[in-house]
Amino acid sequence: MKDEVTSRDDRIANLKGMGCSRKRVEDARFTQGKGNYVDDIKLDGMIFGDFVRSPYAHARIKSIDTAAALEVPGVLAVLTAKDLEPLGLHWMPTLAGDKQMVLADGKVLFQGQEVAFVVAEDRFAAADGIEAVEVEYEELEVLVDPFKSMESDVVLREDTVDEAGKLVDGAHGPRKHHNHIFTWEAGDKDPTFEVIEAAEVVAEETMYYHRTHPCPLETCGCVALMDKVNGKLTLWGTFQAPHAIRTVVSLISGIEEHNIRVISPDIGGGFGNKVGAYPGYVCSVVASIVTGKPVKWIEDRMDNLMTTAFARDYWMKGRISATKDGKITGLHCHVTADHGGFDACADPTKFPAGFMNICTGSYDIPTAFLEVNGVYTNKAPGGVSYRCSFRVTEAVYFIERMIEVLAIELHMDAAELRRINFIKKEQFPYTAALGWEYDSGDYHTAWDKALKTVDYDALRAEQAQRVEDFKAGKTRSLMGIGLSFFTEIVGAGPVKNCDILGLGMFDSCEIRIHPTGSAIARLGTISQGQGHATTFAQILASEIGLPADSITIEEGDTDTAPYGLGTYGSRSTPVAGAATAMAGRKIRAKAQMIAAYLLEVHDDDVEFDVDRFVVKGVPERFKTMKEIAFAAYNQAIPGIEPGLEAVSYYDPPNMTYPFGAYVCVMDIDVDTGVPDIRRFYALDDCGTRINPMVIEGQIHGGLTEALAVALGQEIAYDDMGNVQTGTLMDFFLPTAWEVPNYETDYTVTPSPHHPIGAKGVGESPHVGGVPCFSNAVQDAFRAFGLRHTNMPHDHWRIWKTANELGLHG
Amino acid sequence: MSKKQHYKITVNGKEEEFLAEPRELLIYTLRERLNITGPHIGCETSHCGACTVTIDGKSVKACTMFVAQADGKDITTIEGIGGPDDLHPLQKAFKEHHGLQCGYCTPGMITRATKLLEENPKPTEEEIRFGMAGNLCRCTGYQNIVKSIMAAAAEMNAAKEATE
Ligand code: FES
Ligand code: FES
Repeated sequence: MKDEVTSRDDRIANLKGMGCSRKRVEDARFTQGKGNYVDDIKLDGMIFGDFVRSPYAHARIKSIDTAAALEVPGVLAVLTAKDLEPLGLHWMPTLAGDKQMVLADGKVLFQGQEVAFVVAEDRFAAADGIEAVEVEYEELEVLVDPFKSMESDVVLREDTVDEAGKLVDGAHGPRKHHNHIFTWEAGDKDPTFEVIEAAEVVAEETMYYHRTHPCPLETCGCVALMDKVNGKLTLWGTFQAPHAIRTVVSLISGIEEHNIRVISPDIGGGFGNKVGAYPGYVCSVVASIVTGKPVKWIEDRMDNLMTTAFARDYWMKGRISATKDGKITGLHCHVTADHGGFDACADPTKFPAGFMNICTGSYDIPTAFLEVNGVYTNKAPGGVSYRCSFRVTEAVYFIERMIEVLAIELHMDAAELRRINFIKKEQFPYTAALGWEYDSGDYHTAWDKALKTVDYDALRAEQAQRVEDFKAGKTRSLMGIGLSFFTEIVGAGPVKNCDILGLGMFDSCEIRIHPTGSAIARLGTISQGQGHATTFAQILASEIGLPADSITIEEGDTDTAPYGLGTYGSRSTPVAGAATAMAGRKIRAKAQMIAAYLLEVHDDDVEFDVDRFVVKGVPERFKTMKEIAFAAYNQAIPGIEPGLEAVSYYDPPNMTYPFGAYVCVMDIDVDTGVPDIRRFYALDDCGTRINPMVIEGQIHGGLTEALAVALGQEIAYDDMGNVQTGTLMDFFLPTAWEVPNYETDYTVTPSPHHPIGAKGVGESPHVGGVPCFSNAVQDAFRAFGLRHTNMPHDHWRIWKTANELGLHG
Repeated sequence: MSKKQHYKITVNGKEEEFLAEPRELLIYTLRERLNITGPHIGCETSHCGACTVTIDGKSVKACTMFVAQADGKDITTIEGIGGPDDLHPLQKAFKEHHGLQCGYCTPGMITRATKLLEENPKPTEEEIRFGMAGNLCRCTGYQNIVKSIMAAAAEMNAAKEATE
């Protein structure tokens, strides 16, 4: 037999299992233009829907006249809230326990809000129809500032006050004001305040983490088909959580869940934008029910930036206390969170501010207190996790800026300040002051490796020289050294505390082994570029001993895939990856019994070895997994059912805590405000590494999105609530020209509770990258007295910082 | 809505004749009328390059051209660059060097890169970054796209030298 002459190493290599840089199986179709994205779907008789949107940020709707629109050639129907009301679909629940108008019900709360849905034979006719819908608005006072909103008499949401004028409780407790959504607290208030007030050194800072947007290259969209003959609804769309969408659609439409099939085809990037349920989905479904035809709705870029899923918009006030020699003693964080007109944040239900309570970061801080206040304003709803776990970018930015500010206060080096405060390796599992139990970490090793690789001391010396030269008039460029050390919290999450609308955040995998030794595995997640079809097959290959090339991975079809909560918050590998390994182990357990039968020994006398079961101590007596697979289908084995299949639903015992150490070196032209990133070093520890090539790709991408957010990307509004950054002309997406080459590095600290020790990586570079880029800009000006300046650090703002510091002479 | 006109264009070597409104954007002619869905739509404002095709030897963003302007022209899309049996070196290199993730920008990227390498067969990294700046990618951070294009250029140049 050929196997016998093959070495063990060859057999391992042949599997293309965990740890190898397997090339991606997705790429053949994408490189040949044969991807299948939602807008590529074409069905017989398909028609198009699009929205009439509000030009005003806050207005009462006095009337909507659709008569002229219905006269436009090609226009088939126009839906308004009045049409949806009898079905109870004019409002829909949000993931945050609030509700949101599907179509404007009497008023609008943000610019671009959906007012009417025009259905037409093609997109051009729909656009003509939109022009012909006449809406009469009465403008109302606009609130774009959450602090003013909390003091204003203007009631944004009429459902916050009852008929007697009393405040109605929100989804997370009593309101303090009619525009207040929730208050969420973690930690111990009084002890923290006492520690801070008695401390030797206290640093205080207020920072604004601006509003931005995930902006995947493909916008959101769907195709809805109500088959009235069979009573089945099929919904294709850009869904990061197809099963959750199915359940939500069933709950709000009353269609039984088995009659709904949700399919996520190829998705052109998600980054959090495609987690929520949007009015376009509901209207498409209704339009298909009304017309009996398949209805397509695709956002244009402006719709996307203005209306679906903003991110961040946190005003954060911090106080951090320490001893004279830099040991941190306490942390206080107060957040005012601008949620827009509806609270549509995509967070686990019990966490209205996500995992913001990871804001003690990588440091051993004995006492801390966090308070977050959610506020309504006249801005778009959203608050999604843009390439991060729930609000973790905000948390990490906050602590990494507070550390820098404390370093300034202490006249200390910021790298050293971090080092003396890191949680020590022997302290893990470590319970942080705000409640999380960090599973594992080795921060000092990572930090030392990072600083050594970049030759940190030499960089500081060069920077000091540059400051001298600048002061002496020899150069107009300053040098910034940006540091960040982050701990992420991903893999939501344990069903005991993580659910979305009551759906536990477990995930799943189902495997079928075919008789000839190949397999299909289906998961509850959905790739949007992460390469699941490649990497999950690698996990399985190592677990079940069949080559990854012989394993098909399928996701995204709720009729075939097991129930799962989808892909976001770096949860696929921590949760579905674990389910995959566990299902693989069930396959292996049955294979062991079959092997023992075939080899005529007791079950305990065989052991798994790469791609086979061998009789212990007799390596020449074995059955390969391929042979075992065949036997499962062609032999009547006493006491064992035929076939070889397994399913696993995995409820993680804890989150995973990836971490990393980043260093950015930047030259800044003081006269133009243009930064030049001359080096970026990223060390990531995501536990066990499944595919190093894919990990590196994720890091490059996440860092680039971090660069964008830190250096210019923002959703800005004027005082009237007009969106000023609604196209790619104004909304910064870096090109190849602005982006540097990144150096990647790693340490490996496996997660102790994850079956394969993996922690997830897709979001770490974004979470750690934003403070690193921002710290680099701010560090360049530290010698001239800068303490903190808000992002985004675009050229103009950097120039302004230099100007305010008197550096322009 | 305006009157339909008669148009004739060549796409990937095939002549296509049809009636369309002049205002129809070329990207929709390709994607919806001719079922050529390789070129994608990311912005419709000429910023992202997802819709990049080659028209009479030049890289063009098909979202900002009316079908009327494309009348009589010769168009190449990703589908005309290489298929399962005759992959273009760029298609191979993008897979080999992980130059794509979600794949949405990829058809436009590769189509643009074919022209870049025609215009400049031995580009430096800087020239690639500059020459590809009209094509946005949200996933890769470009590093592996640059690497892929470098590798394809090297392969194409080696093949050329071998035949010379
Ligand atoms: S869709 Fe044409 S450039 Fe973006
Ligand atoms: S691979 Fe996703 S946009 Fe480029």
